[in-house]
Amino acid sequence: MRKLWWKILCIVVFFYVIIVGFMGPVPRLPIINESIRNTYFHVAIWMAMIFLLFVAMIFSIKYLKKGEIRNDDIASELTKSGIFLGFLGCMTGSFWANFTWGDPWPNDPKLNGAAVGMLIYLAYLLLRSSFEDEQRRARISSVYNIFAFSVFIPIIYILPRLTDSLHPGSGGNSTFGSLDVDNQIRAVLYPAVIAYILIGLWLAELRIRIKMIKRIQEERFIDGGSKLG
Amino acid sequence: MNTMKRVSIFILSLMTLSGKLLAQAVEVDAVPMADKLRADGKIWVVVAVVAIVFTGIAVNMLRIDFKLKKIEKELNIK
Repeated sequence: MRKLWWKILCIVVFFYVIIVGFMGPVPRLPIINESIRNTYFHVAIWMAMIFLLFVAMIFSIKYLKKGEIRNDDIASELTKSGIFLGFLGCMTGSFWANFTWGDPWPNDPKLNGAAVGMLIYLAYLLLRSSFEDEQRRARISSVYNIFAFSVFIPIIYILPRLTDSLHPGSGGNSTFGSLDVDNQIRAVLYPAVIAYILIGLWLAELRIRIKMIKRIQEERFIDGGSKLG
Repeated sequence: MNTMKRVSIFILSLMTLSGKLLAQAVEVDAVPMADKLRADGKIWVVVAVVAIVFTGIAVNMLRIDFKLKKIEKELNIK
């Protein structure tokens, strides 16, 4: 976890995305013009977020099976990273929509679904903060995390495909394989997803380490007190 | 680095110019893109700005990382 290599890799891939993302060739499409390069940022952020939240759900399940508080630490910090990326994705998407669709928040099922999903995860944070006891907090928030992810995926992937939507890949638009993403874009998009996943993991790892330090300091403080008493 | 920049700008302007020349023969797409920015070389400003912002973030995260490593060593955590 504390190895440096994947953090350096994250930085290197980010620089690759920044440089090739702006200098590399992209398909020339009307309406969207150069802002198709936002694919490397907005879309990549959402894909990375889904991955992080999925892994967080796995760790929540692991905690419920064994009860080791470390799994809950990891799950909660990964979820926080995912929520952070989700907010970035919403802001970048809204900005992009303002220029291409003419409206920062058109009534699009995918956008509304994403907003609802973000609210569900914010409620997860609220839930965590309402408990004092560590084990109870971990147990209840783990269960909530599993439900939250299980609801999030249908809201943003399945429902938009069933109705009319502005988003590519939903309700009448070509999916992410034909017109919008060709091999030129894929060459930068996939590394960008990896870069965002790694930076989300890095942020989570820093916070997990701080939590562990606090926990060990508390334990030693209590131990020192009991030795005196 | 300066000569490399100049060479790449020169090559980029050659490419954009040659595209315009070919337009007479083939009905090429008239989709407006940031070709002027590229021909001027100003696109590098965009790249530089984003790269600088990201470098700042990365350096700060690395500093936090090393500070935590120091504390962990003091407390003797694995």
